[in-house]
Amino acid sequence: MIRLALALLLLALPARAEEIVADLSQDRISISTNFDGSEILIFGAIKRDEPQPIGQQLAIIVTVAGPREDVTIRRKERKLGIWVNSDSVEALGVPSFYAVSSSVPLVQALRPEEDEEWAITTPRALVAPGMAQMSDDDPDFLDALIRVNTATGTYGTSEESVQVRDATLFSTEIALPADLTEGNYNTRIFLTRDGEVVDSYGTSIYVQKVGLERWIYTLAHEQPLIYGLLSLFIAIAAGWGASAVFRVFKT
Amino acid sequence: MQIYLPIAEVSVNAFLLLGLGGLVGILSGMFGVGGGFLMTPLLFMIGIPPAVAVATEANQIVASSFSGVLAHFKRKTVDLRMGFVLLVGGLLGAALGVQVFALLRELGQVDLLVRLCYVLFLGIIGGLMFIESLNAIRKSRSAGPAPRTVRRQRGWIHALPLKMKFRTSGLYISVIPPFLVGFFVGILAAIMGVGGGFIMVPAMIYLLGMPTKVVVGTSLFQIIFVTAFATMLHATTNYTVDMVLAVLLLVGGVVGAQIGTRIGVRMKAEQLRILLALMVLAVCGKLALDLLLEPAELYSIGTGGHG
Repeated sequence: MIRLALALLLLALPARAEEIVADLSQDRISISTNFDGSEILIFGAIKRDEPQPIGQQLAIIVTVAGPREDVTIRRKERKLGIWVNSDSVEALGVPSFYAVSSSVPLVQALRPEEDEEWAITTPRALVAPGMAQMSDDDPDFLDALIRVNTATGTYGTSEESVQVRDATLFSTEIALPADLTEGNYNTRIFLTRDGEVVDSYGTSIYVQKVGLERWIYTLAHEQPLIYGLLSLFIAIAAGWGASAVFRVFKT
Repeated sequence: MQIYLPIAEVSVNAFLLLGLGGLVGILSGMFGVGGGFLMTPLLFMIGIPPAVAVATEANQIVASSFSGVLAHFKRKTVDLRMGFVLLVGGLLGAALGVQVFALLRELGQVDLLVRLCYVLFLGIIGGLMFIESLNAIRKSRSAGPAPRTVRRQRGWIHALPLKMKFRTSGLYISVIPPFLVGFFVGILAAIMGVGGGFIMVPAMIYLLGMPTKVVVGTSLFQIIFVTAFATMLHATTNYTVDMVLAVLLLVGGVVGAQIGTRIGVRMKAEQLRILLALMVLAVCGKLALDLLLEPAELYSIGTGGHG
């Protein structure tokens, strides 16, 4: 086993000469009133000092992780004939969005040990040290978190969605949903050879509300009393206004 | 047209929101209910976070009730004195309700209790109203347009002290029952995130014996102030009032309420009540099914430590 690992290490060594050079179509997303999701183009090239190694499968994996948040996962149970939330698990620091794209199926692109080290696939990214804190005996809850979030489009894995040309140029598009949380979206790009991570590149996309959205959000959080009164005022003004309009129509 | 809501942090179709507001507004004008018991579950269904839906709904009810109450003021179908008594109870009840809500939140079962509250109250009230109005219709059919035989019963309510004259309603009763009705509705309004009209209207008709036409305007009057109070509490403690969402809902809502008020005037009180009863029962049935049937997904995810 050790011999095998050593052999693999030796094989992998020359490949370290490969490096990722990458960029994003935009590193800042503005959430305005008509924001309806966004597509981010992630593209780049593999820089080499020497000819590329022959016979080792090359793969590119791109991950985008949204700001972390604490969530509570609850399980329903039948009690006295009705379905109620019974057990719950709190997961701290779970990404609010997570997308993985790869150029080849992930089983080929990534060895489990490497996945564990770099926390790339969704289950790994969720329990990565320093990220989520969840008890080890709750795999059902972790599965549920991934299942529910995948169903809503919050988490996604799309294999073979990174295009690689001539083993050098690569590009992919990541769709960000409309219900984005504000904050930094960490983007990581991995280059693997035979499932081992050769190089990685990290950058981030900054998502921020702008204009009216920004103004309302800031006012609501910093001047809640004024915001509340303003909400009521607008509501009552609209109510009275519509009533007045109807009165005009009637006469 | 998609629109991004700054507080709810989701993108929804603006016309969908206008339509929902209009539909619920019509019901609000017809029955004098705020419509919160319909709108709040509808907002959950289109993906608005529950906390935002409840708080914003309170704000929206203020607006739809305001235009409704103006229409009732003009027709002099608001019992102001009764409204004030209900309001005092309502504000105290809402303040207590917010405390109860916070306590339940800590216990972690607030979701279930809110649902059970809905099923219980909607079921009882819807059922009672349905049976009563069915009997009333049957009676009026068999006896022709004869006057209603039993006007008002003189029961325990008339034995209570602190009597007051409510001229608009034509009542001379103790202030204690209306105060308690207002108080109770205030608690429920805070816990269930609704205006509480669907409970107050039947309570005023059957418990206090108020004439149906006055009941609608008077309950709207009380609802405005109680929901305004709730809006302020939500805005300052939870930051969950979404102004953009509220404006869209209320633009639809105020127009709907005006139409609804006009429909309501043209309809017979019994027909109005049987329709409201059917609607209340439908919402109750839907919520009860959710509790009784095995959900497709047993797990749910809430943001924050306690949801």
